[in-house]
Amino acid sequence: MNVVTNNKWIGERTIRPDGADKVTGRAAFAADTNMPGMIWGKVLRSPHPHARIKSIDTSKAEALPGVKAVVSARDVVDFPVDKSVMLGIQDMRWMCRNVMAREKALFPGHPIAAVAATTEAIAAKACELIEVEYEVLPWVIEIDDAIAPDAPILHDFMKFEGKPSNIGGRLEVKKGDVAEGFAQAEVIVERSFTTRPVHQGYIEPHACLVSVGADNKTTIWSSSQGQFMVRAMTAYLTGIPQSDIRAIPAEIGGGFGGKTIVYLEPLATLLAKKSGRPVKMVMTREEVMRATGPTSGSKSTVKIGAKKDGTIVAAQGTFYLQAGALPGSPNRGAVGCSFSPYDIPHVLAVGFDVLSNRSKVAAYRAPGAPIGAYAVECVLDELAEALKMDPLDLRLKNAARQGTKAAFGPVFPRIGYVETLQAAKSHPHYSAPLGKLQGRGVASGFWFNAGGESSAQVNITEDGNVVVTTGHPDVGGSRAAIANICAELLGIDYKRVSVLIGDTATIGFSNLTGGSRVLFASAIVVTQSTDKIIATLKERAAKIWDIDPEAVKWENGAAHPASPNAGQFEPLTLAELAAKAPSMGGPIGAGVQLNTEGAEGGFGTHICDVEVDPELGIVRVIRYTAVQDVGRAIHPGYVEGQIQGGVAQGIGWALNEEYIYNKSGKVDNPGFLDYRMPVCSDLPMLDTVMVEVPNPKHPQGVKGVGEVPLVPVMAAVANAIHNALGKRFYSLPMSPPVVLEVIEGPETRQAAE
Amino acid sequence: MTELRYLAPATLDEAVKAFASAGSAGRILAGGTDLLVQMRSGAVKPGVIVDIKKITEMTAIEPTADGGFRIGAAVPGAVLAEHPHFGKAWPGLLEAINLIGSTQVQGRASAGGNLCNGSPAGDSVPALVAAGAIATLQGPNGRREMKVEDVPAGPGRTNLLPGEILVSFTLPPRPKGSSDAYLRMIPRTEMDIAVVGVGVNLTLKDGVCTAARVGLGAVAPTVLLVEAAAKALIGSKLDDAALKAAASACSAACRPIDDKRGTIVYRTRVAGVLLKRTALIAARRAAGN
Repeated sequence: MNVVTNNKWIGERTIRPDGADKVTGRAAFAADTNMPGMIWGKVLRSPHPHARIKSIDTSKAEALPGVKAVVSARDVVDFPVDKSVMLGIQDMRWMCRNVMAREKALFPGHPIAAVAATTEAIAAKACELIEVEYEVLPWVIEIDDAIAPDAPILHDFMKFEGKPSNIGGRLEVKKGDVAEGFAQAEVIVERSFTTRPVHQGYIEPHACLVSVGADNKTTIWSSSQGQFMVRAMTAYLTGIPQSDIRAIPAEIGGGFGGKTIVYLEPLATLLAKKSGRPVKMVMTREEVMRATGPTSGSKSTVKIGAKKDGTIVAAQGTFYLQAGALPGSPNRGAVGCSFSPYDIPHVLAVGFDVLSNRSKVAAYRAPGAPIGAYAVECVLDELAEALKMDPLDLRLKNAARQGTKAAFGPVFPRIGYVETLQAAKSHPHYSAPLGKLQGRGVASGFWFNAGGESSAQVNITEDGNVVVTTGHPDVGGSRAAIANICAELLGIDYKRVSVLIGDTATIGFSNLTGGSRVLFASAIVVTQSTDKIIATLKERAAKIWDIDPEAVKWENGAAHPASPNAGQFEPLTLAELAAKAPSMGGPIGAGVQLNTEGAEGGFGTHICDVEVDPELGIVRVIRYTAVQDVGRAIHPGYVEGQIQGGVAQGIGWALNEEYIYNKSGKVDNPGFLDYRMPVCSDLPMLDTVMVEVPNPKHPQGVKGVGEVPLVPVMAAVANAIHNALGKRFYSLPMSPPVVLEVIEGPETRQAAE
Repeated sequence: MTELRYLAPATLDEAVKAFASAGSAGRILAGGTDLLVQMRSGAVKPGVIVDIKKITEMTAIEPTADGGFRIGAAVPGAVLAEHPHFGKAWPGLLEAINLIGSTQVQGRASAGGNLCNGSPAGDSVPALVAAGAIATLQGPNGRREMKVEDVPAGPGRTNLLPGEILVSFTLPPRPKGSSDAYLRMIPRTEMDIAVVGVGVNLTLKDGVCTAARVGLGAVAPTVLLVEAAAKALIGSKLDDAALKAAASACSAACRPIDDKRGTIVYRTRVAGVLLKRTALIAARRAAGN
């Protein structure tokens, strides 16, 4: 590891490269893109939660003046259900059925057909003219109903334990023998919890513009977390080879995991191909809420056993996570992350993928981990209470450290969990006095983080500045952080470094933006590319000075003789060497493509204060401190922003966000008015404490930071409410009617009457 | 697609004529903060839009001869907030009107539009009812007056006759010792729709409540005037027993539904809690007048 101290740019809050464009409106989002001859695509969506599609007659729609193309499932490449074809975490069998209903409509909002017409209004009118004959089937929304013996089955081909079932899979993580562990326990706490599906809530709805040439050469402008993912999925679903598709990433208005899959791009491509016109599609908020994301609702049971001195001896968790109407819940995060902050000898975590007639879930910040951590961290709070221990002390006593073997497999290297607990404990917030009806709670969380494939190209311009191209949409400040790193390595002002996101034709394959992988991975390829450039620059200076390249050092943006023995030469700056490039070997640039390894998990510990209005059941978060091991904060402002954003989303999940279904199996609150994400005035200043325990396997010590901050929040809020009221809550959201009901309880209500 | 005509008459007579002749295709546009949203979502598809903001009477704030106020139906909340005297006389009504939408929406949204939208959860309506505001209507058959509590007919519906336009609200003069207040319950702190809203308007003499009116929103198909709650307050010093009786009256008046915004049990309970809190705020203000 060569973590440099006394950095000039690493650790600086440099001005964000996309800032001016975003505040002036110059930044181009997918919906801002237009082309001559462009027409509009619209999707006809199922009104039913569950129905067999008997026939689709598009003739009337096609006859409507202005309609240029109509597509349905028969235009989408089929992936038969008996053979899995994986692309990243997605299985194309389910993707092809999600972008367009095939045999059955599986949730209200499921696409049935799509139309392209000269105006949006004509496209909408044409959708109304499509005649679909449905055989309406019994449907199921909630987990308990979906796993009941007599539940309506979504997919006849899906079997669990030999029988048709809505359980799409089982995942287990095991260490030791929990039966043996619990036998040693002196105190055991076991509780069950439920959480509701919550949406990622990105402000920008899904949008794309697609142009297909007569030779099938296809250009896609879209809002996504991965242009290469868009290219591959579109290729799979349309049959156009990847080499004929150029996917251009637009500026993105939020994703949080929800834009790691496609909805519109394959349909727009098919419509563009059929019509011969560029096709633009933009979802409405209602479409976003009915047919995209969210993350799973869940039902879980967690049991933890400890000795009287607080040593945890065994932990067991059973997690049922909703997948939506097609398999693929984030069970891995729930079973893999929940117990990972702790060194526990006996662990068993089992997850079940539960299907029901809801939209297919998509990734959401540390997928699955917040659901598991909510249950585990609430049980730990009760365990601490039963043991009469401070909840942070209980965690400290059992904290995972270097050498701890996590139940999901790895042995931890040097990690920073203990440091987050110590920082939380010594933070003034933890000992600040509380007022009446106020309470304080703590919770911790873990996320795996990720590495994977990344590419970068670093080029020196003729005037001696730098252009860096990477392959990941920037959702959390990667451009600013990469500019800091590149400027640091080259010893130049960071303003001389421009960082761009390349499209699929201009930069090598780069896996999508997700898993908190982007800065970890792209910093490695950018560092290696920049190191190559520095080697070239030193070689050229050596040639000019006629000395050995080993005798040249690169410092403060210029080549210098490494020592007085090497000779006396005036430094050669980057600009001077760039000017000499044509006569000294040609353009200066380097690219690196790697499957990066060495991403280490991240840990966070949060302190939350709440105040409760016991007559109205309203809970307000009045103070919040999030402590996180961030590895190395390359751009601290962005790291803090990531932490604050995760906490804000967690507070929404804890207190108000939920999908409300009506009696006919349809979402009743498909908009931001009644799907209540927090607004600014709902939150206090969210304080952050960045603990820096550098990742020993990364050139700058980087660890992913974007996902950990959502993991502990729901438990921290729930534990704080308990501290305020002396009452425990076992379900989310802890919305005013629920809180009031628990406060008044059966006894209280009787006494009042 | 269907044609949409936009008219912005300068006089009320022209507006009434245009609106009446448009029949069911006509819609009145004041701030447009409900109408434009409904049009965008496809919930309404008007053929004729009659913009009333060019009509002087509908955007004016005037004192009445007896010392009250006349407020044009299209006066935006932000304009009312800047009036030098209105907020002093009717702080509760002003805070209710200023709760309609966000700061940006306040530049357009009006109490008139809020009432005519017919939502049982409109924030200004319980406060208007508590204030005893009188609505002036003008239609093809001339001008008439109606108590505000008689305007709503049910969710999204009013008792205005075809072609009738809400022109203004008249507020009575303020006796000494009078004030009002409005509170609503929302799960968030703003950008939300009232789960319950309570307006209380009262007069105190030597600490005794001599007059009171209570408006209750979001707990029935229309905003309610809760006379039983007012009766419980009148004659009392707003002691615990009186407040409890008034709260019970509010809870008893509730005929809510379970929906995405709240449950029957919760709304019924909260109506009483808010009555107590609102009455105490109004009383504190009244004591200073």
